[in-house]
Amino acid sequence: MQGFLLSRLAISMPTLLIVTVLVFGLQSLLPGDIALVLAGEENDPAGIAFIREKYRLDDPVPIRYLAWLVQVVQGDLGHSIKTQIPVTDLILQKLPVTAQLAFWSMLVALLIGIPAGIIAAVKKGTALDHTANAVGLAGLSIPNFWLGIMLIMVVAVEWGALPPGGYTPPTESLADNLAGMIMPAFVLGSGIAAVFMRHTRSAMLSALTADYVRTARAKGLFERTVIVKHALRNALVPVITLGALELGQLFSGAVLTETVFNIPGFGRLVVEAVFNRDYAVVQGVVLFTATAYILLNLLADLLYALVNPRLRG
Amino acid sequence: MSGTVATAPTLPATPAAETLRRANAFQRLLRRPAAMLGLVVVLAFIVIAAGAPWIAPYDPAATSWSAIRKAPSFAHWMGTDELGRDAMSRLIWGARASMLAGVVSVAIALALGVPLGLVAGYAGGWTDAAISRFTDALLACPFLILAIAMAAFLGPSLTNAMIAIGVSAMPIFIRLTRGQVLAVKVEDYVEAARAVGNPHARILLRHILPNIVPPLIVQATLTIASAIVAESSLSFLGLGQQPPAPSWGSMLNTARNFMTQAPWLAFWPGVTICVVVFAFNLLGDGLRDALDPKEG
Repeated sequence: MQGFLLSRLAISMPTLLIVTVLVFGLQSLLPGDIALVLAGEENDPAGIAFIREKYRLDDPVPIRYLAWLVQVVQGDLGHSIKTQIPVTDLILQKLPVTAQLAFWSMLVALLIGIPAGIIAAVKKGTALDHTANAVGLAGLSIPNFWLGIMLIMVVAVEWGALPPGGYTPPTESLADNLAGMIMPAFVLGSGIAAVFMRHTRSAMLSALTADYVRTARAKGLFERTVIVKHALRNALVPVITLGALELGQLFSGAVLTETVFNIPGFGRLVVEAVFNRDYAVVQGVVLFTATAYILLNLLADLLYALVNPRLRG
Repeated sequence: MSGTVATAPTLPATPAAETLRRANAFQRLLRRPAAMLGLVVVLAFIVIAAGAPWIAPYDPAATSWSAIRKAPSFAHWMGTDELGRDAMSRLIWGARASMLAGVVSVAIALALGVPLGLVAGYAGGWTDAAISRFTDALLACPFLILAIAMAAFLGPSLTNAMIAIGVSAMPIFIRLTRGQVLAVKVEDYVEAARAVGNPHARILLRHILPNIVPPLIVQATLTIASAIVAESSLSFLGLGQQPPAPSWGSMLNTARNFMTQAPWLAFWPGVTICVVVFAFNLLGDGLRDALDPKEG
């Protein structure tokens, strides 16, 4: 298992390094002189010269990259051009809100996706299976920002059952906080539930035809025991990896969900940064999400190795 | 990948077997009602997008101060927007932006991803390792966040949104192509093509590429669905098609401000996105099953 983990680490480190190159390279997409773009409406030559010096824009690109990388490794992602607040602080401020949304969304996805996948596999070829497949495909096809708008119109505006948006910290009012999370978590979780459903169904179908399941049935075990203790336990192993892979989907979805529901999280931060032309924040968010994705995948591999006897060595 | 004799003959192909295989796959596709439904809907939207100038009842940019936010009626089947423009005409013209974004983004992803995947899988060694780490790095950046970042740096426009989506979708095709090449390059016919002295480029383009096309078609179909959602997401955030040109995402963005006064404005663009994306997903799933040799 040590060898497996070392090989995963050996792959992750260069990947992370390439991510930094890509994120730094985003600057090269800016049209024209970077100093003029960063200066915005500031046309004062002294101001432009200051920006040129601050961001070392006269240095060769590799030197600039190395200087930036040294800062990044020390946890310094630069400062917001708009507010002058350190980007790391901005991300850390917004992260708990998005983490909370991600937690509830993942719970919704697991609670809907896995049981639906099991039922579809066990009842393969029946109307229930076809319905679950159609609903799963629909879940993948509905843009979450539109689902959010529809829910706001019906549940919040028409019925007045839930708040239409906004965020109340749990320390202020736990009830308001949870009420405000129901719709966004459902919107973000339903798309991921569809992915879980399709993968669980496929994994369960493979498991249900495996020799060990046939043996369990031959022993005369109850069908429920065969499904839950034998097939499901093995079918769920890949879901650990899948859960980590869906993190990217969560981050992407959070951008739109937070915009629709007016939640001041990580996603809103990047959208506001884009419109404020706050490129340091955009770069910081991309770098942070990619790093989190790589590290969580590494963690998922570790968990996978722990639950998979063939990798325990 | 050293050079070899450029004039070496190509191995005789088996056109009859290939034609039969394609005919069987097509017949299997025809037997799948869900996939056929998807195909019909996709074709219908292609016709709508191409024929927008003739199908749309009004000019999508024509404002009317006497018809602001009018509910659906006989004159305006889907109502009018905040500037009195006909919502149905804008929806029909918006199909152009969405279908174009879907197809062009995937074309960009294929044009960049397939050659890199071919080289990675065929060359192996350091070339493969370098391309694979580059792919992992791109895959580590969440699809929409990378597309938003690129669109932000490039500047908001439909063209830049398509470039951003295409580049963000590219790693899927690199990985898929590489995997397929690894499976195919050990086949006897590739070994034989190499043995008779075909150059590497010819082996890749004439012997390997044609045999990995089916999974690429399936993935491209499914990625068009994702690209349409991504384009509407970017337009919804103001980073795609710019006003007054219509797009489904920007129509939803505007509609958000009039949820109580004009709910129909938010309804139709969303339903249309769902229908198109659902159709592409049905078609992609059907193609996957039809092209799977195990289904034989």
